[in-house]
Amino acid sequence: MIYSLCFVLFMIGLYCVLTRKNIIKIVIGLVIMESSINLFLVLLGYKNDGIAPINDKTLSPLEFMARSVDPLPQALVLTSIVIGLGVTTLAIALCIRLYEKYGTFDISQIRRLQG
Amino acid sequence: MNTISIPLLIVIPLGTAFLIPLIARKKRFIADILGSAATLALLVLSILLFRYQGVYSIGGWEPPIGISWVQDGFSNLMLVIVSLISFCATLFSVQYMERYTSKHKYYSLFLLMVTGMNGVILTGDMFNLFVFLEIAAVASYALVAFGGEHEELEASFKYLVLGSVGSSFILLGIALLYGMTGYLNMAAIANNLPDSNTMLLMLATVFFIVGFGIKAALVPFHAWLPDAHPSAPAPISAMLSGVLIKALGIYALTRILFNVIGVSKLYGGVLITLGTLSMVIGVFLAVGQWDFKRLLAYHSISQMGYVVLGLGIGGYILASDGNIHAGTLAILGGLFHLTNHSVFKSLLFLCSGSIEYSTGTRELKEMGGLGTRMPVTRATCTIASLSIAGVPPFNGFWSKLLIVIAAIQGGYHWLAVITILVSFVTLISFLKVLRYTFLGELPEFLKQIKESPKSMLAPLIILAILCMGMGLLLIPGIKEVILDPASAVLIKGAQYAQDALVLH
Repeated sequence: MIYSLCFVLFMIGLYCVLTRKNIIKIVIGLVIMESSINLFLVLLGYKNDGIAPINDKTLSPLEFMARSVDPLPQALVLTSIVIGLGVTTLAIALCIRLYEKYGTFDISQIRRLQG
Repeated sequence: MNTISIPLLIVIPLGTAFLIPLIARKKRFIADILGSAATLALLVLSILLFRYQGVYSIGGWEPPIGISWVQDGFSNLMLVIVSLISFCATLFSVQYMERYTSKHKYYSLFLLMVTGMNGVILTGDMFNLFVFLEIAAVASYALVAFGGEHEELEASFKYLVLGSVGSSFILLGIALLYGMTGYLNMAAIANNLPDSNTMLLMLATVFFIVGFGIKAALVPFHAWLPDAHPSAPAPISAMLSGVLIKALGIYALTRILFNVIGVSKLYGGVLITLGTLSMVIGVFLAVGQWDFKRLLAYHSISQMGYVVLGLGIGGYILASDGNIHAGTLAILGGLFHLTNHSVFKSLLFLCSGSIEYSTGTRELKEMGGLGTRMPVTRATCTIASLSIAGVPPFNGFWSKLLIVIAAIQGGYHWLAVITILVSFVTLISFLKVLRYTFLGELPEFLKQIKESPKSMLAPLIILAILCMGMGLLLIPGIKEVILDPASAVLIKGAQYAQDALVLH
């Protein structure tokens, strides 16, 4: 059930990208989409009352596996946050250059390329 | 040749990409030499490794735990295409990029893009696929904006937004697959997927089709391509249209659909629909264009439609246990057209670059009579135009012929008719190009123009010879060596899983 909330967040981000006119808001929409996926990935590995996935010598391996949360999605989320950061930085840099050239953040006025 | 050579395909471009800004900032010719040497090394390596198949486990972690890089018939074919086009593009860049200021940054981004593509092609791990996909995509966003002018920035922003939305869909699909199976290794996912088509699996597949569809610019998702491809510098346009949309879009999509999820009648039907739409809409949008590169970009959409149509017909026939011969032929035709398209479309983009270099314009209406002044460009451009229109004996004819024969054998007569009609419209469109660029009166302001320098003509000639000779790949004996291993990977489908787990 909680997974569908992530999906709702993803859709909010997509809606923001598709409908906003301000290019900064479009970038914010992209960030919302990325965050929703990161949240979804972390939730995949989550267990109720789980322990941190750091090897605990007092537990047997099987018991440790049963109790700890899944560490793999956490590693994936770290990577995907870094990638998201790179894309966002490039997007913001492009926004600044666009503002220098066109003098506006309004996507409907940044329109030199035709159909 | 053993498994140790596989990582070299990633290490060479990645290492050179970081080496160039370090040592070649002051001296431009060092950047030229390093960039061309790296792509030449990749070309030699990918040809030497062509018959080799194997699995390399990163850090010695065996699959399915660790990340593995898998080399099989399909990825070998793609590697050669990527290396060949990137070598020609770097050779072309040496002169063409002289008018831009920071050449070393250009080579750096270029090689990062090649790294990303090679990674996407080699990887056998879902998340690794996403990482390499983003490396290539981010480098290409930056390269589209390389000129830094109004149009370039606008196109790059559009491309970045749509590309990121596509990547998000792909990552969501990967997360769903991980949630269902608990693995990221493609082979392990294929083995552990639920047998029945559950709603979740369908949802993940839809996400993949949308995500990779955006990357490949199939028709409902094509809006970014006609802006992004013409705005980039000509060698980058050649790379984007020639290989990037194929490696990130078509290759990754077919790899996941055919080898991981397993193609069904439904997905085959979706591919056929997308392919036909792209083919028809792309070509009709192209006919009315007067900007040379924009026209070429619309034709890329149309030609990608042919590839997806071939693969879709093959997948549909295989999934419905129809005529196996027709299915094999359709997949072979799709892959062969992919190979051919990368050669003639990058040749066309390089020709447009050569014309732009000499005349300074891309508007077809402003040109005319260039044929006498630029004989080599004229000859190569004519060859490429005839290839893309499917005139025998050039390479485009043979792959389109395979797709048409497969469509007729499979019982899709109306698809065969559409394919031939689209080919005619393509021919008309390119006759217009040839008429307005090379024939007619030479305008007053172009009286002084000369042919482009020799280092720019060499890649044009190489690619033009390939255009003429690649029909030979279908001769029995050569076909078994080069094309059949690639199509066999797709026909085997889920069998890939067993191979990729056992080969290492």
